[in-house]
Amino acid sequence: MPWGEFKDVAAERRLFQRRTTVMLGFVLFMLAILVARMYQLQIVEHDIYTTLSDKNRVQVQSVAPPRGLVYDRNEELLAENRPVFGVTLVPERVDGMENTLGKLSSILSISEEDMERFQRRLREPRRPFQPLPLRYDLNEQEIASLAVHRHELPGVEVSAELVRYYPHSELTAHALGFVGRINRDELQRIDPVNYAGTNYIGKSGIERFYEALLHGQVGYQHVETNARGRTLRVLERQNPVPGEDIQLHLDLRLQRLAHELLDGRRGAIVAVEPDTGGLLALASVPGFDANQFVTGISVDNYRALSEDLDKPLFNRALRGQYPPGSTLKPMLAVAALDSGATTRDRTIWDPGYFQLQSGGRRYRDWKRSGHGWVDLTDAVAESCDIYFYEIAVEMGVDTMYEYLAQFGFGEDATLDVSGALSGLLPSRDWKRAVRNEPWYPGDSVNMGIGQGFMLATPLQLATATALIANRGRWVEPRLLRDIKGDRSADEFLPPPDHDPLILKNPDDWEFVVDSMAEVMHGTKGTARGAARGAPYRMAGKTGTAQVFSLAEDEEYEEEEVRERLRDHALFVGFAPIDDPQIAVAIIVENGGSGSGTAAPVGRALFDAWLLGFPDESKAPVTGAATEGAR
Amino acid sequence: MLGKALGQPAHHPLSRPRSLWSAFHIDPILLGLLLLLIGGGLVVLYSGADRNIEVVKAQGIRMAVALVVMTVFAQLDPAVFRRWAPWLYLAGVAALVAVLLVGVGAKGAQRWLAIPGLPRFQPSELMKLVVPMMTAWYLSRHFLPPRLSRVAVALAIVLVPMAMIVMQPDLGTSLLVGAAGLFVVFFGGMSWRLIGAFVAMVSVAAPLMWFFVMRDYQKQRVLTLLDPQSDPLGAGWNIIQSKTAIGSGGVDGKGWLQGTQSHLEFLPESHTDFIVAVLAEEFGFVGILALLTLYLLIILRCLYISATAQDSFSRLLAGALTMTFFIYIFVNVGMVSGLLPVVGVPLPLISYGGTSGVTLMAAFGVLMSIHTHRRMISA
Repeated sequence: MPWGEFKDVAAERRLFQRRTTVMLGFVLFMLAILVARMYQLQIVEHDIYTTLSDKNRVQVQSVAPPRGLVYDRNEELLAENRPVFGVTLVPERVDGMENTLGKLSSILSISEEDMERFQRRLREPRRPFQPLPLRYDLNEQEIASLAVHRHELPGVEVSAELVRYYPHSELTAHALGFVGRINRDELQRIDPVNYAGTNYIGKSGIERFYEALLHGQVGYQHVETNARGRTLRVLERQNPVPGEDIQLHLDLRLQRLAHELLDGRRGAIVAVEPDTGGLLALASVPGFDANQFVTGISVDNYRALSEDLDKPLFNRALRGQYPPGSTLKPMLAVAALDSGATTRDRTIWDPGYFQLQSGGRRYRDWKRSGHGWVDLTDAVAESCDIYFYEIAVEMGVDTMYEYLAQFGFGEDATLDVSGALSGLLPSRDWKRAVRNEPWYPGDSVNMGIGQGFMLATPLQLATATALIANRGRWVEPRLLRDIKGDRSADEFLPPPDHDPLILKNPDDWEFVVDSMAEVMHGTKGTARGAARGAPYRMAGKTGTAQVFSLAEDEEYEEEEVRERLRDHALFVGFAPIDDPQIAVAIIVENGGSGSGTAAPVGRALFDAWLLGFPDESKAPVTGAATEGAR
Repeated sequence: MLGKALGQPAHHPLSRPRSLWSAFHIDPILLGLLLLLIGGGLVVLYSGADRNIEVVKAQGIRMAVALVVMTVFAQLDPAVFRRWAPWLYLAGVAALVAVLLVGVGAKGAQRWLAIPGLPRFQPSELMKLVVPMMTAWYLSRHFLPPRLSRVAVALAIVLVPMAMIVMQPDLGTSLLVGAAGLFVVFFGGMSWRLIGAFVAMVSVAAPLMWFFVMRDYQKQRVLTLLDPQSDPLGAGWNIIQSKTAIGSGGVDGKGWLQGTQSHLEFLPESHTDFIVAVLAEEFGFVGILALLTLYLLIILRCLYISATAQDSFSRLLAGALTMTFFIYIFVNVGMVSGLLPVVGVPLPLISYGGTSGVTLMAAFGVLMSIHTHRRMISA
């Protein structure tokens, strides 16, 4: 033996064979454990793991419905959907966020702002496995280079989504509103199932009001995905139900004309079809490009818009609350006649001022020398303040409140115009509650010429004017005209809830309308210059609202007052008198006088609507607001 | 006992082919079983690598090299291994020291040694052969069963390199190296009382290991084993996905190349450590039984070779190498099926890559050498 010690070879062999037998038993036992384990997984729990495996591989994805389109009354497209390519990241699947963002920045140009917004969204609470947008509007080259690097960037996807686009954005931003990304508050409110694939929601205007109609019903697809969430094939698909296409009463041509007429100024134009209450134009100038709000406006752009002195984001037509000034006189004339505070024939001496008691405060007429003897027709046509001071005091606040409320002041009477304000129709109770003061006769005097506490929006003025045009028949302002599907607009419009304004003597309507016609066509009418040469008869009323009040007997020179302190110019009216097709309310902020600035705008709108729009090729009708007779 | 089942009579006058195989020192039964395993493995690998034929080619080449290495080892007389064991052991320990000092790292572990002029290699991989050789050399110098002091020395021979491999850190390999050495001590006849004491010691050492030796990622693997759902997208992902793959395979599987778990990339490491999940998913319980049966046949053949070896050194070495092979199988299948924590142990001769395939085939070469180099003087 090579080894130094004595060895019992046979004993060692026996020992080894015993141990080998033990090991064989050990091997068989352990293999039995493995077999038992596999039996457990593959036979006993097979169903569980089959389900898990299918759940793994088959994912249900929601398919967002395309949003309904919006047309104007002439089938002109106002809101459509455009495919936009963007980069999205699913943070749960990204392999190293810093690294991935770094790589992406070398492939695409990602602005600091995009990056900042993305980081903010990353920190905010959000739905897990929801793709977060990093950048929108990729161009084709960027899409191509992303495709090349795709395999290095798990969790990064190029996504195509249909994004709202407003082709006439500046013109329609205030009338339509806009959609934007769903925010956290909205997330609480919406149906999580139906909005599972939707990123945008109506934020304002029609887009908000008819959200349910425009959104549609979500669809689903069962897709086979790999572990990185990449879709490999679609197994089954249930198509979404697209949102309904809707048609508005709005006429883009009139809307465009309204913007042109107010170009370079600040103001609002509301045009109503008296028969239906349909809003033909709802213009607030200046407008803004709503498209930049859709995918998220940049901080700088937003600041520029919100800090602009002209307040382009402010919807003057719905939310601008102005003293109605003399445009309130026709409504007050109706009130005075019907309540018996005055008669058609009553005349009043206008010396140029009005006093509650002799020796008291002098409430001045706009015409210093006074109008002399005036009846109600003259008072409307010449806009005599003294006459209305007189009858306002005689009616008192309660009567004025009662009638003006029936004209829709002090309430939001609209059916589907979201965001409209209700102005301010003062009353005794209001003054007691808000000012803790009694109602003074002087308050009634001011109210008689639409000044003082009274505030109204251009939309309210247009509504009240339409009521006169309709001789008391109420038509609530509305935008929705028709639904393109087989459903009717009435299904979705809230029910009208106003009783007609029935006068004791229905002829009083004609009387007031005639006096408004005198404003336009009478020899002393304040807007006679604007109506000159018209082949149809129209009714109107000019107004001038003080931006700041003057002390008694104080004179001011218009030129000396800075432009932004000049009076607001107002005009309300409708045409033609016998068969009203259009009623308008116009306010030109700091426009000076209603007759000089606002009334010609009304005339231009009437002409376009009744006689046809000016040819597109010809020079636009701009400047009408600055011309015209005084 | 085993010979009746699998072996052939050692001297059969009519078996001419045996003498031809014998001339090349190849055991045809073991070779046949190995080729069957490797061939089947390549088929599964094609699916596990998601039809990447390049992966299969590379593995085929690696296996061809491994077969050559096996053949070379088979030509060497067991006495050569016995003579060289101490020197190989010293060289191996020195290489492990070098790895710890100047090793090349990957994924936070230093396992490779890059010596200029030589291909990069893992000394720890060689130790899977060298440690059992050394232990067998040491124990077989003396009578068996060994005395307590010799058992202690033998354990030291095993534990020193094992500890160094743990420090790299490479838990999977150290486990296999340790197992290989300990099996030698066991086969050598370490008394059951000592074995009991040793097991008791290990159970005391385990908590100490937890606190002082195990790295965070290793602890995480253990924790994940206990509750994979606790981190379903992180560490638990592998276990959940592999169990899902295995379980959804059912009795007869989804069919070759039809496994959704692996082909849709849910199953990680589907062509390396977790390849048995691919087999289980696509060939079902039937496939698993076939695989385990094939492994069992190989083990039975190897145990037969061990039992019929002529000297103690050969017996101890052959038995230990056989059991190490089994440990590979048990640890890998156990971890993929969620019985054991995830340690980097490949499925022997089927998993893609690594040098373990070559080492394993070298071990089978040693076994063939032991079986075919028989001395006539033997009783």
